[in-house]
Amino acid sequence: MKRLVVALFALPVTLTAAQPPSQPQGGFVPIDQLPAPESFPAAPLVIAAYAVAWLAIFFYVWSIWRRLNRVEAELKDALKRSEPRGRA
Amino acid sequence: MKKTFPILIVLAAMLFAYAPVAIGRAPYESTMGLVQKIFYFHVPSWFAMFLSTFVCGIASIVYLARRHRTADAVAAAAAELVVIFGLIGLITGPLWARRAWGVWWQWDAKLTTALVLWLIFVAYLLLRRYGGPGSERLGAGLALFGMANVPFVYWSVHIWRTVHPLTTVVPTLPRPMAGPLWLGVTAFLLLALLLLALRTRLERLRRQLDDVYLALEP
Repeated sequence: MKRLVVALFALPVTLTAAQPPSQPQGGFVPIDQLPAPESFPAAPLVIAAYAVAWLAIFFYVWSIWRRLNRVEAELKDALKRSEPRGRA
Repeated sequence: MKKTFPILIVLAAMLFAYAPVAIGRAPYESTMGLVQKIFYFHVPSWFAMFLSTFVCGIASIVYLARRHRTADAVAAAAAELVVIFGLIGLITGPLWARRAWGVWWQWDAKLTTALVLWLIFVAYLLLRRYGGPGSERLGAGLALFGMANVPFVYWSVHIWRTVHPLTTVVPTLPRPMAGPLWLGVTAFLLLALLLLALRTRLERLRRQLDDVYLALEP
C-alpha cells in the first residue's frame, strides 16, 4: 500500500520531468514571411575537401623531402669534419 | 625495403590517380547527393590516422619497455602522420557537414572525441619539439593516452546519441559505393606506410647527426 501511495505521488513528478522544457511562443509569423531556406551548393564543398586533402599530402611530402635533404647534407658535412680527428 | 619502396610508390600513385575516376562513377547517395562524395577521402583519412595512432602507441610501449631508439623514432614519425591525416579528416568533415547537417561543426561525442585525439598528438609533437631532455618518455606516455582514445572515437556513435553516421554504414555499403571507398582506404594506408618509412629515416638520420656532433665536441 505504501508503495502504491509513493508511486502515485511520484508519477506526476516523473511525467513532468519527462516533458521537454516548454518555451512559449513570443509572436506569430505568417508562412509567406519565412526566410527562404538557405541553399549551399555542394560542388565547391566537394572540390574544397579534395583540394585540402591533396594540398596537405603534397605539402607534407615536400616538407619531408626538404628536411631529409638538409639533414643528409649536414650529416655529410659533419662526417667530413670528424674524419681528420678520427685519423689523428 | 629499398627495392620494394619504388614499387609501392608507383602502386600508391596509380591508386590515387584512379581514385577520382572511381569516385566519379560511384552513384549519388539518395539524401545527400553530390556532397557525400567527400566520404571517399574523409573515411580513408581516418583509417590512416587510426593506423598511425596504433603504430605510435605500440612503438611507444616498446620504447618504454626496452628503451629502443628505433621504436622511439617510429613513434615520433607516426605521431606526425596522425596530425596530418587527422587534419585532413577534421577539415573534410565540416565541409561535408555544412551541406548535410546545415552546420560546420557539432559538439557531439564523435566529433569532440576525434578532435581530442588530434589535440593529444599535436601536444605530443609540441612536447617532442620543445620538451627538452626526457621528453621521449613523457611523449611515449602521452601516445598511450592517444591510442586509448581510439576505441572511444570509433564506438562513440553507438554509445552516445550523435548526428554522425554510424559505423555500420561502411560494411553495409552497396558494391558501387564500397569499391571506391576501399580503393581510397588502400591508397591512404599505403601512403601512410610510405610516409612512415620516409619520416622514420629522417628521424634516424637526425639521431645519427646528433651522435656525430656529440663525438665532435671537445
